[in-house]
Amino acid sequence: MAAASTPIGERSLLERSPIARLPDRALKYGLTALSALLLALIVYFFIRLIGQARPAFAKEGVLGFIFTNDWNVSAELFGALPLLVGTLITSALALLIGVPVAVASAVYVTELCPRRLRPSLAMLVELLAAVPSVVYGLWGIFFLAPKLQPIEQWVADRLSFIPFIGGGLVTIPNYFVTGLVLAIMILPIVSAISREVMATVPADHKEAALALGATRWEMIRMAVLPYCRSGIVGGAMLGLGRAIGEAIAVALLIGDAPKLGAHMFAQGYTLAAAIVNEFGEAQGVHRSALFAAGLVLFVLTLIVNAIARVFVARAARVGGGRGGVENAAGGGQVLGGAAAGA
Amino acid sequence: MSAPAHGAERLARFAVTPARRRKDTLARGAILTGTVLAVIPLLLIVYYLLLKGLGTWSVSFFTTDPTGNTFFGGSSIGGIKSAILGTVEIVALASAISIPIGVGVAVWLVEYGRASAFAKAVRFFVDVLTGVPSILFGLFVYIVLIVGTGTTYAGWKGSVALSLLMLPIVIRSAEVVLLLVPNALRESALALGAPRWRVIWSVVLPAALPGMVTGVLLAIARAAGETAPLLFTAAATLGTSFNLGGFMNSLPVQIYKDVTSPTTAVVDRAWGAALTLVVMILILNVIARVIARRSRLA
Repeated sequence: MAAASTPIGERSLLERSPIARLPDRALKYGLTALSALLLALIVYFFIRLIGQARPAFAKEGVLGFIFTNDWNVSAELFGALPLLVGTLITSALALLIGVPVAVASAVYVTELCPRRLRPSLAMLVELLAAVPSVVYGLWGIFFLAPKLQPIEQWVADRLSFIPFIGGGLVTIPNYFVTGLVLAIMILPIVSAISREVMATVPADHKEAALALGATRWEMIRMAVLPYCRSGIVGGAMLGLGRAIGEAIAVALLIGDAPKLGAHMFAQGYTLAAAIVNEFGEAQGVHRSALFAAGLVLFVLTLIVNAIARVFVARAARVGGGRGGVENAAGGGQVLGGAAAGA
Repeated sequence: MSAPAHGAERLARFAVTPARRRKDTLARGAILTGTVLAVIPLLLIVYYLLLKGLGTWSVSFFTTDPTGNTFFGGSSIGGIKSAILGTVEIVALASAISIPIGVGVAVWLVEYGRASAFAKAVRFFVDVLTGVPSILFGLFVYIVLIVGTGTTYAGWKGSVALSLLMLPIVIRSAEVVLLLVPNALRESALALGAPRWRVIWSVVLPAALPGMVTGVLLAIARAAGETAPLLFTAAATLGTSFNLGGFMNSLPVQIYKDVTSPTTAVVDRAWGAALTLVVMILILNVIARVIARRSRLA
C-alpha cells in the first residue's frame, strides 16, 4: 500500500473511505451471520426435538423406549424396539440387494461398456433418483408387492429350514419388499458415487495389470476395486442413511404392524413409517413417543452419515485432493445421484 | 535354461488358461446382469405409470378439484387441479426462501470462509442437513411453527419445511460452481478497483449463474416430489387455495392420501397424479441437464 508515503492520520488515495467500505463489511458479516444461523438452526432443532421427546422418555426410560418390544398405542405403551428393528432389517436388506447391483452397474459403465453408451447408461440409473418416494410406494404396493408375493411364498416354503427366511406365511406388504424398493431407491446414489470413485483410478494401474496379462475381470478385481474400496463403502453408507430415513414409501410397503415380524416376509413397522402413520392422530404421550422415534432416527442417520463422510473423505484423499469424489458425495448425496457436476 | 522356446510355445506360456478365461466370462456376465437389474426398475416404473396413469388424464382431470364423491351419487371423483396448483405455490415459496439463503451461504463459504475452522464447521453442518431424513424437517417445522405458535397447518409452513430440505442442495451445488469461477476473474476486477461486493455481484455470480441454475432446478425437482415434510405442515385440503396462510393441497400428499383409499377410482387418480408429478420433475431435470451442458463451468 501507499501508506508509507502518506502522513499519519490521512488516507491514502488508493484507500476507500470507511463509508465506501461499509457495504463490503455488511456483506461479509451478513453472510457470516447467515452461515452461523444455519448452525444454530440445527442445534436448536436437536434441542427442541429432545424437549418434545422428553415425556415419552420420562415414561418409558430412554433405554426402555428403545429396547422394549411393545408398541401399543391404545394401552399407551411405547417400546420402540419393533420400529427400530424394522428400520434396521429393511435398510440392511436394501444394502444387501442394492450395493452389489449399484457397484456392478458402476463397474460396467466405467470399465466394460462401449464409450458411446456410457452417458446414457449412467443417466438411466440416475433417473431413478427423480422418481418421488410416494411414487415408489404406489408402484411397490400395487405392482411389485402383489407380483412378488407368490415367488416369495415359494422361496419361503422351499427354505423353511432357514430361520429368518423361510417357514412363515408371506403377506403382500413385508420387510423384504420394503427392502427391495429401498434398494432401488438407493441405487442411483451408490452407483453415482462408485462411478465417480472408479473414474479416479489411475490408468497406469489398470494398464499395468493388463500388461502383466490380467484378464479384464482380474484387472477390475486387483486394480480397480481395491483402489475404490473406501469410496464404495462411503457411498453405501450414504445409501444406508437414505434407507433408514425413508418414510413414505416404507409406510406404504411395510404393512404397518407394530410388532416384530417373525421372518423376512412378515409385516412390520419402521421408525419413519410410524411417524408418518400415527402422527396425524397422536396426542399426549403418543405424540411425544413419535417425537422420540424421530430423535432416534435423527441420531441413527447422524451416525451413519458421519461414518460415510469419513470413508468418502478418505477416498477423496486417495483420489487426489478435493477432486470429483468429494463433490460427487456432496452433489450425489443431495441430488440422489443426479449430481450437477457428474 | 534349455533351448529357446518356439514363438508359439512362448506365447502359450503367457496365454490365459481356460479356467481364468471362464472366470473372466462369468464375472463379466455377473456385472452385466447387475447393470441390467439396475435399469429394469426404471423401465417397469415408467411402463406402469404410463399404463395406469395415461388413462386417467383428461381435460377435466387437470381442471377439477378432487372434491367429487361417488358415494353420494356424484359422477366423477374429480381431478388434481388443487394439488398441482398447491405444489407450484408451496415449492415457489420454498425456492424464494432457500435460493437467496443458499446462494448467500455458498458465496460466504467460497469468498470469505474458505478453509477457516468456522467454514469447515458450516460445511459439516450442511452435510448433516443433507443427511437428515425429510420427515424430520416436517417434525421440526411442526414443533417450531405449529406447536411453538399454537396455530395449525398452513401452506407457508410446508414451504419452510421444503426450503430446509432444499438448502443443502442449493448450497452444495452453488459452492461447487463458485469454486470453478477462475480466480483471475476476481483478481482482475479487484485490480480495476472494484470493491469486494461489486466483484461478487457483477463478476463472480454472473459467471457462476448457469451452473447454479442447474443446482437450483434439481433442488426444486427434489422438493416437488417430497411428501413427508408436507404431511404435518401444509396438510391436505381438497379445494384449490391461493392462500399460503391456509391449508394447502399438494401432488405428493394427494397421491399418498389416494393410495391409502379403498376406492379403485381414487387409486386410479393416484396413478394419474403420480404420472403428472413424475413428468413435472423429469422436465425440471431435463432443463437442468441441458443448462449444465451449455454452461462453461461445471
